[in-house]
Amino acid sequence: MLAALVVLVLLGGWEAYARLGSIDDFILPAPDQVAASLWDDRGLLWDNLLVTAQEVVLGLALALAAGALLALALHRFGPLRRAVYPLLVGTQAIPIVTIAPLLAAWFGYGLLPKLVIVALVCFFPIVVTTLDGLAAVDPEQHKLLRSLGASRAQTFRWVEAPAALPAALSGAKIAVAVGGIAAVFAEYAGSEKGLGHLLLQSIPQLETARAWAAVTVLAALAICCFALLALAERRLAPWAHRKDPDA
Amino acid sequence: MATRVGAPVVEAREQEGEVRLQGLTRRFGEVVALQDVALRIAPREVVAVVGPSGCGKSTLLELVCGLQAPDAGTVDAGRAVLMPQRDLLLPWLDARDNAALPLRLAGVPKADARARAHALLAELGLDGFEAARTWELSGGMRQRVAVARTLLSGAPILCLDEPFGALDAITRADAQTWLSAILHRTPRTVLLVTHDVEEAAVLADRVLVLSPRPGRIVADLAVGLPRAATGRDPTDPRVVAVRARALEALRGVMA
Repeated sequence: MLAALVVLVLLGGWEAYARLGSIDDFILPAPDQVAASLWDDRGLLWDNLLVTAQEVVLGLALALAAGALLALALHRFGPLRRAVYPLLVGTQAIPIVTIAPLLAAWFGYGLLPKLVIVALVCFFPIVVTTLDGLAAVDPEQHKLLRSLGASRAQTFRWVEAPAALPAALSGAKIAVAVGGIAAVFAEYAGSEKGLGHLLLQSIPQLETARAWAAVTVLAALAICCFALLALAERRLAPWAHRKDPDA
Repeated sequence: MATRVGAPVVEAREQEGEVRLQGLTRRFGEVVALQDVALRIAPREVVAVVGPSGCGKSTLLELVCGLQAPDAGTVDAGRAVLMPQRDLLLPWLDARDNAALPLRLAGVPKADARARAHALLAELGLDGFEAARTWELSGGMRQRVAVARTLLSGAPILCLDEPFGALDAITRADAQTWLSAILHRTPRTVLLVTHDVEEAAVLADRVLVLSPRPGRIVADLAVGLPRAATGRDPTDPRVVAVRARALEALRGVMA
């Protein structure tokens, strides 16, 4: 609950600064004005939240599926890993959000270009952590499975897949925080709804409090997604949080 | 999966339990781990292997299990399964499913595999712990689960690599007792690597002493004592004498 205290102190400082300093409301609204906007615009925020949440969740799911598959392929085929992995790292230097307008031109203004942007941004941490999870399997474990006569597919089913699961979810936890940002930029590039769209609209209209309210909702969305992933990890991979001398 | 059939736990065909090694040599680059090892182990014989660290004991087991190929010589053995020093239990499976792993790998249906694993765990004194997660088990319990897993592979030959090396003295004595009991009921050919000559004297029919690298068999001591249902008493003067002979041979190679 220390986090709540820190937030309260920061909000108090912000409130005092906005009120006592002579700052225009549309430059920096005080937290109570943001709170008021959260309440007054709740219908608007909710409708746009649903759009952005859908983009983030589906984009992340796409990234998880594609990332896990690619990690598996890279893990299985050494030459492929050596050929593709450096390239993959290199692609991370491309600011993906800047190609958002390009994707809008290709795929239109609907859901698809947003999913692609979110998935592209979320993809990398998932590949890296999953690949690490697969590589972290004890070589002795492989020896044991071979001694028991396990096939490659069986080794994957009994050892590698369960080992990679918490790693992939860890990657998703890292990815989900930037996933929200990716969705906002994707909406900037062209959309009619979503929190990013609302943000873009509110600022020129001098509805700064509403813009901050949209940011607050975005933050809440990221926290919720993170918490859900943490919960999934605990449920699906309880061993990952245990001190196990042999794991 | 359909190509393999779940082997029965108890009955292994007689000749399958035999191990014949001839002129066995294994090198790792410049290092000669094992040199010209010849050995014949009769079915259901328990053979302990002692020797200084790095003398190729683990390599010997892996050669018998077919996990490595020799650089020279031949390995002629039935199906052998390795039990590594660390238990290597899978933390995502409970005790019963860990023990049942070889059965599941052999295509035995889940319920059947679990029932057999449960029965064997109960026999090993783990009744009530079958659904325990691996981190809830003590070191001795984990080792029992690992032994159950090894036995349920149905292999006629078991290669145990210092199975109780990480256990404290009391837990280890206890482990030797239940291992003896289970081998008494369902005899197998056992190749037991140990650094403990007392363990060798308590459990084995023969004690092989390996020289420092390159590993060679320098002594092959017949224990010459009947096997006891719960392991031999380590304080029995005859067991003490075997232990002294093994220790003397071991000192000889170390000097």
